[in-house]
Amino acid sequence: MAKVTRRDFFKFSALASASMMIPNFIKPLQAKEITDKFLASGAKKLVIVQLSGGNDGLNTVIPYKNDIYYSSRNSIAIAEKDVLKITDELGFNPAMPKFKSLYESGLLSVINNVGYPNPDRSHFRSMDIWQSASASDKYVTSGWIGRYLDSECPDCKNPYNAIEVNDTLSLALKGEKYNGIAVENPEKFFMSTSEKYFNDVANANKNKHDDENVDYLYKTIVEATSSAEYVYKTSKIYKSKIEYPKGQFSANLKTIAELIVSGIDTQVFYVSLGGFDTHVGQNGKQENLLKELSEGLYSFTDDLKGNDKLNDVFIMTFSEFGRRVKQNASGGTDHGTANNIFVINGNLKKPGFYNAAPDLTNLDNGDLKYDIDFRNIYAEVLNKWLNVNDKKILGGSFNGLNLI
Amino acid sequence: MMSLTQQRKIQHLYNRAGFGISISELNKVQNKSLSEITNNIFSASKTSTDLSVDYGEYAGSYKMKKEARENLTKEEKKKIQKAFREDIIKLNVKWINKLANDNAQLREKMTLFWHGHFACKSPVPMFNQNQNNTLRKFALGKFGDLLMAVSKDPAMLQFLNNQQNKKKSPNENFAREVMELFTLGRGNYTEDDIKNSARAFTGWGFNEDGEYVFRDKQHDEDEKVFLGKKGNFSGEDIIKMILENKKTAEFITNKIYKYFVNENNIDKSVVKKLADDFYGSDYDIEKLMKNIFTSDWFYDEKNIGAKIKSPAELISGMMRVYNVKFENDLPILFMEKSMGQMLLNPPNVAGWPGGKNWIDTSSLMFRMKLPEVLFKSSELEFSYKDTPDEDNVKEGSMQNEDVSMQKKKKEKPDNSAKEKRFFKQVKTNINLSDYFTTFGKYDKEELVNILSEFVLQKDINVNTKRLALTYSDISSKENMIESLIVRLMSLPEYQLC
Repeated sequence: MAKVTRRDFFKFSALASASMMIPNFIKPLQAKEITDKFLASGAKKLVIVQLSGGNDGLNTVIPYKNDIYYSSRNSIAIAEKDVLKITDELGFNPAMPKFKSLYESGLLSVINNVGYPNPDRSHFRSMDIWQSASASDKYVTSGWIGRYLDSECPDCKNPYNAIEVNDTLSLALKGEKYNGIAVENPEKFFMSTSEKYFNDVANANKNKHDDENVDYLYKTIVEATSSAEYVYKTSKIYKSKIEYPKGQFSANLKTIAELIVSGIDTQVFYVSLGGFDTHVGQNGKQENLLKELSEGLYSFTDDLKGNDKLNDVFIMTFSEFGRRVKQNASGGTDHGTANNIFVINGNLKKPGFYNAAPDLTNLDNGDLKYDIDFRNIYAEVLNKWLNVNDKKILGGSFNGLNLI
Repeated sequence: MMSLTQQRKIQHLYNRAGFGISISELNKVQNKSLSEITNNIFSASKTSTDLSVDYGEYAGSYKMKKEARENLTKEEKKKIQKAFREDIIKLNVKWINKLANDNAQLREKMTLFWHGHFACKSPVPMFNQNQNNTLRKFALGKFGDLLMAVSKDPAMLQFLNNQQNKKKSPNENFAREVMELFTLGRGNYTEDDIKNSARAFTGWGFNEDGEYVFRDKQHDEDEKVFLGKKGNFSGEDIIKMILENKKTAEFITNKIYKYFVNENNIDKSVVKKLADDFYGSDYDIEKLMKNIFTSDWFYDEKNIGAKIKSPAELISGMMRVYNVKFENDLPILFMEKSMGQMLLNPPNVAGWPGGKNWIDTSSLMFRMKLPEVLFKSSELEFSYKDTPDEDNVKEGSMQNEDVSMQKKKKEKPDNSAKEKRFFKQVKTNINLSDYFTTFGKYDKEELVNILSEFVLQKDINVNTKRLALTYSDISSKENMIESLIVRLMSLPEYQLC
C-alpha cells in the first residue's frame, strides 16, 4: 500500500471547546474509595494490542537456522548475525531488544502458528473474523468484546467496562446490545459531554425510538454521558512517572496504564498500531513498527510492574494475518495466513515459546498452516481471566491453552 | 401514516442527490413538480469543472527524475515533502468548498461516492488531483470507462503497488482489491483468480511524468485461467471479463442503493431490478441514478432521514444550506479529522465504512457541538500530539495559513506533557437574511414547529421542541430564528438526512 502521508504526521485531534471550562467541582476521587472497589472486583484486566495491516511474523520471530526461510527471502531475510537469538532456532527481530528483555524476565510468551480454518487473505474480512471471533464462512456483525458486555456479567455492566483508546470504536467492542466506548483523551471526552442542553435533550428522549438510527444516536449520548465523568475523574488519580517512547501508540498505552493504576473499573482495553501492510520495501518499515511496539509495551509493562499491577493485567497482541513465506519482487511480502501472538503477564504458566516454530516444509499454497485456532486463546481469556461463559460469547466450545 | 409534504420530498431529493437545499432555493422550486426538479438537478451536472490548486514553485517536483531526486539535500527533500503535504491540504479544503458551492452538486456527490469506492491516497498532490478529476469526469458516465481509467491511474497504481507487479514476481495487491472492493465483491472469485489476474496486470505502471505506461518486458504473456476461462489475458481483458460478470452490476448497485437510498433497510427486489437495468444499459451510471431519483419508492417514508451524514456531507451541507463561509479554511480540516473523514486520506482501500460507523461517543459529541462553534464563531481547540514529524505540522500547514492565529498556551497539568495545545477562533460569515424573511412572520410556537420541519428530516417530540426553545435567545425575532436553527442543528436527528 502507498506510504501513509498526512495521517502519520498529522496526529492532532480537535475538540470544540466554546464554553467548555473544567468545572471546579471535579476533584480527584478519594484514593481509598477507588482502591477498595478495585480490590473488591475481580480486578483482572485484559489489554488487546491490534497490529493492523498484517504483521510479517516470520521477520518478527525469525527461524534463523532454517534454510527455507533464507532461500524464500533472498533480499529481506534477517541475517543470522543480526537476529536477537532466543533459542537454538528462533530469535527476535533486531528492532526488539526490549522484548528479549521481557522474555528473559519470564514475562513474555510467544504462541506460534495461530490462525483459523480456511483462512481469508483479505485485510477487512480477516480483521472482521478476528474481531468478531466468527468462523471464516460466517458473517457476524458483533465483536467478541461487545458480546462480553452483552453477557451482563457483574464486571461488565457499563459501557466503560471496555475502552478502546482511539477516536473511533472497532467492531471488536460492538455488541448486539451494548457497546464499549472510544476514548482517546479522558479530559476532552468529559468536557464534550458536560453541556446541559445535551443532557436535557437526552432526558427528553429516554423512551426507545422506533427509528433504528435515531435510537442508536440517543443510546450513544447516554453511553457517553454516563461514562465520561467517571473515566475522567478516575484518570486524574495516577499520573505515570515512567518515560514512554514517542508516538501515539505509546501515548495510548500510557493512558491505559494510568487508568489501570488509578483503579478504573474497566476490564478490557483495546489499542492499535497500524502500518504493517508491507508489500514494498518491508524491512525498514517493519523494524520501525516493531521498535514502536516492543519499546512501548516494555514501558507499559515497567509502569504496571512498578505499581504492582502486572499480575493483574494480561496483554495480548494479534494481527489479521501473517504474510507469505516467499517474498515478492518489491522487497516486501503479500498477504498470508497463520501468525505468532505475544502475550505478557506477571504470572504466565508457560513463559517463553508456547509451541514449536512454524514448519516451513509443510505449507498450504505457500502459506503457513495454523496449529492453534485464535478462538482457543479467546476462550481461555474469557473463561479464566474475565470469568465469563466463553461458550456463549464465542458460540462454540474451544479448549483453553493453559496460559494463565 | 401521514403523507409527506412536498417540502420534505424536495429536501430528501436534494440531500441525497446533493448536499441539501437552502431556504432561498427551496422557495424558488417549491411549486415545481418533482420530475422537473430532478431534471434540473441532472442538467446542472452535465458540465464538469476540474478541481485544481496552484502548486507554486514545487509544481513540477513530482516529475523529478530519479537521479535528480537522489542529489537533493536532506533539507531540500524535507521542503518538498512539506510542500506536498500542504498542497494536499489545499486540495482537500478546496474540494469541501466545491461540494458546498458548486452548481453541479449531483456530480460532486457522485465524485464523493466514487472517492469512497475507489478509496486511494497518494503522497503526490498532483496524483490526488488527477485522480479526483478522473472520478469527476466519469462520475455519471459508464462504469466500465470509470473502472478502466481508475485502474490505469498513477495514484491507484502507486497505492496498490502495481508499479511493482512484475512478471518474475507478481504483486497481488491491485488484483485482489479490484475484485473484492471495486467490482465483483467477495465470494465471486477465487484465490486462483487473484493470482492469475495479478499476472495479467503485470507491466501496468506509470512514468515520471505521472502518466500510465505499459511495460511489455514486465508483462506476463503466458496463459492464465480467470473466472473459468483460459487465455493469454491482458489486464484490459480481465477488466472486460469482470464487467461481463453480472455480479459486478449487482455489487455496484447494492452499494449505490445503500449510499443514496437506505443503508439499513434494503429492498432486495428493487435492488435486483436496478442492477438488471444497470447491466442492460452497459453500466450507465446516469441512467441508474435517474432511475433511483424518479422512482416512487425513493420517497417512501422509510427512506426519508434514513442515512447518517458523513462528515463531508455534514460540513458541506451546513455551508450550503446556511450560507456558511469560513474566513480561514483550516478549521474545516480539523472538523474532518475529529469526525473521522479526512478527504483524500481514506483509512484504507476499503474506504470509510459509513453508516453507524460514523458515530461513536466522541464523534457524536463533536457533531452536536459543531453548529454552535460555527454560528458563534467560537474557539476550536486543537491539540497536537508529539510525533516525530510534529515540527512539520506546526511549521507548515498551520502557521502560514493565518498570521493572526491566536496561540494560547493553556496550562493544564493533568495533560500529557507531550501534548501541545492551542486554540483557534473559527471565523465564519453566515448570512441568514433569507431565513429571516421567510420565517419572520411566525410567532414563537409556530417557529419551532416550522423550523424543525426545515432543519430536520425526522420529527422530534414536543419536549425536545420545548427544550430547543428554552435554550434559545428570544430577545429579537432574528436572534430567535438563528438560535433555534442552531439548537435544532445540535440535535442527534440533525445527523440524519
